[in-house]
Amino acid sequence: MAVNDKAMFKILEKKMLNPTICKMVVEAPRIAKAALPGQFLIVRADEPGERIPLTISDYDRAAGTVTIVIQPIGASTRSMVDDFQAGDSFADVAGPLGNPSEFVRMSPEELKAQKVVFIAGGLGTAPVYPQAKWLHEHGVPVDVIIGARTKDLLIYEDEFKSVCDNLYMCTDDGSYGFQGVGTARLEALVAEGKSYTQAVAIGPMIMMKFSVLTCKKLGIPIWVSMNTLMVDGTGMCGACRLSVGGVTKFACVDGPEFDGYLVDFDEAMRRSAQYKAEEGLANGR
Amino acid sequence: MVDRIPRVPVREQDPKVRAHNFEEVCYGYNQEEAQLEASRCLHCKNPRCVTACPVGIKIPDFIERVAAGDFAGAAAKIAEDSSLPAVCGRVCPQESQCEGSCVLGVKFEPVAIGKLERFVADWTFAQVGGVKPSETHATLGNVRGGTVSEANGGVEQQSCETVEEGLHPSHRKVAIIGSGPAGLACAYDLAKLGYDVTIFEALHKPGGVLEYGIPEFRLPKDKVLKRELQDVLAVGVKIETDVIIGRTVTIDSLMDKEGFEAVFVGTGAGLPKFMGIPGENLNGVFSANEFLTRNNLMKAFRDDYRTPIHAGKKVCVVGGGNVAMDAARTALRLGADTTIVYRRTEVELPARKEEVHHAKEEGIDFQMLTNPVEIMGDERGWVRALKCVRMELGEPDESGRRSPVVIPGSEFEIPTETVIMALGTSPNPLISRTTPGLEVTRRGGLVADESGATTRPGVFAGGDAVTGAATVILAMGAGRKAAAAIDEYLKNK
Repeated sequence: MAVNDKAMFKILEKKMLNPTICKMVVEAPRIAKAALPGQFLIVRADEPGERIPLTISDYDRAAGTVTIVIQPIGASTRSMVDDFQAGDSFADVAGPLGNPSEFVRMSPEELKAQKVVFIAGGLGTAPVYPQAKWLHEHGVPVDVIIGARTKDLLIYEDEFKSVCDNLYMCTDDGSYGFQGVGTARLEALVAEGKSYTQAVAIGPMIMMKFSVLTCKKLGIPIWVSMNTLMVDGTGMCGACRLSVGGVTKFACVDGPEFDGYLVDFDEAMRRSAQYKAEEGLANGR
Repeated sequence: MVDRIPRVPVREQDPKVRAHNFEEVCYGYNQEEAQLEASRCLHCKNPRCVTACPVGIKIPDFIERVAAGDFAGAAAKIAEDSSLPAVCGRVCPQESQCEGSCVLGVKFEPVAIGKLERFVADWTFAQVGGVKPSETHATLGNVRGGTVSEANGGVEQQSCETVEEGLHPSHRKVAIIGSGPAGLACAYDLAKLGYDVTIFEALHKPGGVLEYGIPEFRLPKDKVLKRELQDVLAVGVKIETDVIIGRTVTIDSLMDKEGFEAVFVGTGAGLPKFMGIPGENLNGVFSANEFLTRNNLMKAFRDDYRTPIHAGKKVCVVGGGNVAMDAARTALRLGADTTIVYRRTEVELPARKEEVHHAKEEGIDFQMLTNPVEIMGDERGWVRALKCVRMELGEPDESGRRSPVVIPGSEFEIPTETVIMALGTSPNPLISRTTPGLEVTRRGGLVADESGATTRPGVFAGGDAVTGAATVILAMGAGRKAAAAIDEYLKNK
């Protein structure tokens, strides 16, 4: 297997968070030093592997580590989860890429005025963590809604408890917490009298699309983190292009976060499936 | 003056066969062919070929040695001015540089300077400097995180005597950003002067456009590129991959915290251009950069790699440069019937003549004086056709080229599954945006003087990052000039 003990991107910790989602803490001192909430990195596990963009779920500057959360979708992510254990190393980890979350760039005055709600779904739950943590540390009120199909698929509940004011767990089947999707929970919260200056949705594109529709209805501005196809992640290939307010943007250098009201989700979802046929072939490799 | 010996033809893979594989097209000269071709050189007193070479290779001198059978001597002669002869012998536009100014070419065919350079480089690989592929792999595999052991390859470093004051160059750190032709040339020269040189590369493999852009059939990666990179490492250059300057670390931090006294920016022109016509975000529309990167850097053409690539049965490539030819010939090799769409005529095609010739031999359809106006999609959002108009050449524009104008009512559709945009590239703004004091031109290139000095003291730049997309050899020339300027700057610092 692809164990290259000379590489510096050693996997220090590996943990399955649910039956499919895997968390890894990886040694990457340069990235750990530079990373900010909202940014992503690119992992190439081994020589035959693809360059996979993954949002940074946490970073520890002192330890020189970054945390990533992976869900097998194609052949390369499947191999990352199945074939790599703590002690092994990834061939390449590059980053941090993309722009930090809008909050990081705000002035203290702007930050003070914020009251933020995060809507997290599936794998997108993990990258919400560093943002919530950062805001919490900066004294901004933060509510987090985490949704999943069923109880066993919910992740990061314990981690979030210490970095937000209110944590709302939701399951589609009602097996844990609120029964229904995250957007329904948000509507219920607003109906109860809660108010927010900003929402942020991170998760599957379809979930972000509906989060935007709900927020539009509620009059809450919303940012979404676009997990598009990518090759290099530095602006070279254009695979990640998407329409934002009718203008073509590159998720890697212009994003990954965009004003949700302006994103053409239908196009983005269609483009994400672009290599589905070819990936079916690669899965056999 | 009688050219009694005609230019020695070079052996190539049969077009019908090579249209289905990624093996190198050109086999190159053998010793007899090379010596015969070398004997054609007239050894002009004022060799125009040298003047026309952006790095000033002493062409008649190396050719003289080839003719005499002293191939090692020829290699040493080339090495005085170029670190990448095997690459340049293959990808330089010789017809507009050295060979284009060869006196023999006035009445007869010019000396095949490019093919001779390539022969010398390939001969060297096979002999003295020949590094076994396995060794190359092992060393390159370690090229990250500053873990490279930089054995000094027996190259003599400049002694202390030549530096009058201050530190010995080996204690002075220079950072090179980007491991493409500009960065490699700059690093090679500086390391030979004894400086402590580290190249930072954003991608996972060094080589820049030589790795991600130029396909295997024109520039074999293991056989040629890896070995030339090995030569650069052998003079003491370190390469740290996976470092994106401007994101992973900034130029300020390299200079203030990591002790680099000078920086050379050779980040190329990596941002793809699109036309801005309707339908460009349909599924099946790719930048040539994406298509070629998937195939070259990510090896999509090989079954043992997991990278997906989409060509389909029919591909249209828009553009007329080397990148367009590379994308079209790659699509062809992936099994697609391929058409190149270009808005001017064949005369204006900016690609190397040899590439156009090879593309035609391989069966690529050329639609000249044709310009896309829209990409048509099917109900699922995939490309179904490229809508074009026919053009005719009008009055010359400010560049002297006759601008194409639309023939009214000439709209027509080319049914296609894939459209690849090869319209040129522009410099990546990541470094200029994250480095205070670095000015850029209106076109996004870094502002730099003849020597490569930018508007920020200690920061030099060259290659496509300054000029916009150009050639490998011009980038190398700029890298060499900057190396001399950096040496000067550090001596006076």
